[in-house]
Amino acid sequence: MTLTEKILANHSNQSSVEPGDNVWIDVDVLMTHDVCGPPAISIFKNEFGEDARVWDREKLVIIPDHYIFTEDVYANRNVDILRAFAADQDLPHYYDVGTDRYKGVCHIALPEEGFTRPGEVLFGTDSHTCTAGAFGQFATGIGNTDAAFIMGTGKLWVKVPETMRFVFEGDEMPPYLMAKDIILQIIGDIGVDGATYRTMEFGGSGISAMTMEDRMTLTNMVIEAGGKNGVVEPDEKTEEYVRSRTDKDFTPVYSDDDATYHSTYTYELDKMVPMVAKPHSPDNKATAEELEGTKLTRAYIGSCTGGKLSDFQAAAEILKGKTPVIETYVVPATTEIADALRTEKIGDQTLLEIFVEAGCHIGEASCAACLGGPSDTFGRLNGEEICISTTNRNYPGRMGSKQAQVYLASPYTVAASALEGSITDPRNYLS
Amino acid sequence: MDNSSSIIKGKAFVLGKNIDTDQIIPAQHLVYSLNDPEERKYYGSYALSGVPDEESGLPMGHIPLVAEGAFQSEYSIIVAGPNFGCGSSREHAPASLQIAGIKAIIAPTYARIFYRNSVDGGFVIPYESLEDLSAEIKTGDELIINPDIQQVENESQGRSHSIRKLGSVAEIVQSGGIFHYARKEGMV
Repeated sequence: MTLTEKILANHSNQSSVEPGDNVWIDVDVLMTHDVCGPPAISIFKNEFGEDARVWDREKLVIIPDHYIFTEDVYANRNVDILRAFAADQDLPHYYDVGTDRYKGVCHIALPEEGFTRPGEVLFGTDSHTCTAGAFGQFATGIGNTDAAFIMGTGKLWVKVPETMRFVFEGDEMPPYLMAKDIILQIIGDIGVDGATYRTMEFGGSGISAMTMEDRMTLTNMVIEAGGKNGVVEPDEKTEEYVRSRTDKDFTPVYSDDDATYHSTYTYELDKMVPMVAKPHSPDNKATAEELEGTKLTRAYIGSCTGGKLSDFQAAAEILKGKTPVIETYVVPATTEIADALRTEKIGDQTLLEIFVEAGCHIGEASCAACLGGPSDTFGRLNGEEICISTTNRNYPGRMGSKQAQVYLASPYTVAASALEGSITDPRNYLS
Repeated sequence: MDNSSSIIKGKAFVLGKNIDTDQIIPAQHLVYSLNDPEERKYYGSYALSGVPDEESGLPMGHIPLVAEGAFQSEYSIIVAGPNFGCGSSREHAPASLQIAGIKAIIAPTYARIFYRNSVDGGFVIPYESLEDLSAEIKTGDELIINPDIQQVENESQGRSHSIRKLGSVAEIVQSGGIFHYARKEGMV
């Protein structure tokens, strides 16, 4: 069996499962946020009763992150609903807005808070829940009804997916290459429905060379190829990260050598180059080099895909001592990352000092403009902007206005492009 | 309620491929309550408002699903290209289509979370066509979906097309959603 099949077998009390089987599985963690939490809570109450209790208060994690710094009264009411529910159910894992517990983007907060444990099952009311597969967890996005069902029962049905395997050859990442380039290349190769209802499993020597944040960038975007989940086999790096974040026990599982795969794709890291997804689809691929000179009006660095500490380290490496010629937005995914921007240094300057000196607009930890949101959302595209972004989706209207155009790229490429005001291969700026 | 074998009649609203959930219901509108009858109506008025104008209501385009100022559509069946509902996991997407008056969708393939949400929430029935019908059927064509014989009849053009059986989700669709199904099975 593959890693994913093993987790689904373990959690449905079966010795083995096969792709296509429908199984009911036990849930280890359910995560929800301010957009989908309130409707899920409402369905939970309608179906199980006003006074019903959630199946396990230790296993429900609520992380408001989408519409936080807005005047929108409906959006703020949604956070009030989460707060009241967390208080009523006495939930220990609620990360309230306006308190020291506030975290920011759920998919980065989950690992920071120790909820992405190898071998476990995580469901979340957000399509990028698949990010947690980087830790060898089965993690996927669901809707409000399914979340309400889990809140009451701790279970959900899933169809066991076939697994596609992606093997990376090479002992290290080339210095100009980021995980974002790799996943954009893969999505461009297989298409936005190339992995529909399947698992994307990433392996090979190249994966061992990648940091946990690199791996998270890969698994984060499997949904952009239609994947049900993405997964990386746990190793010492995984173990070290998770152990540093939680005392809870976990049992990693690994794919068998004779596991059956739907297909296998092999990539040589040192032959890969900086990639861009053109408007209006994540599979509309081109190399950064091919697009050089394409005019831009905005650069955006943030989100669960491209707002991690290593993403800002990469951007700062290029922006240090220079000034972007277009509006450049910097939005750390979480408050922990925002704090790190104040302490992590390149030379004698902190990352924050580098961004401030470069004239970037610095936002507060949240999803911000990645998905548009209310009209006063920080960095939102409200007109005909042409934006290059480290985020994950560029369908029409994704970052706000449907007249805007979004190019997806790595933090290196976004930073280099910000300096030129047009798409730029970051190798021009990296020695 | 038994949904899966009922005949659905209505006007087609035609869209292209890869219609993602941001086009089905733009994120800025996700703030309204799905429970409150007054607020809920807005999901109907904004359904498919994120689709670029020239791609809304093919082949002509520039046709909104829901007329300006209205909450309900005159169309009741969406015909779309592959990978309908890709993108986010927002259940507001199938919900907004249902609130706008859509009963069923016909597309060759769906993104999995949207498909699941449509079925588990009992919002709209996602029928799979054998072929992409988005170039065959025109917005406004009168359609009859007959699941028993796995056909969609286009009355306006006098043609018929095949659709697939619902397969393993048929029981949930028949029950009207995952909660109805689970109650029937004694699970909750």
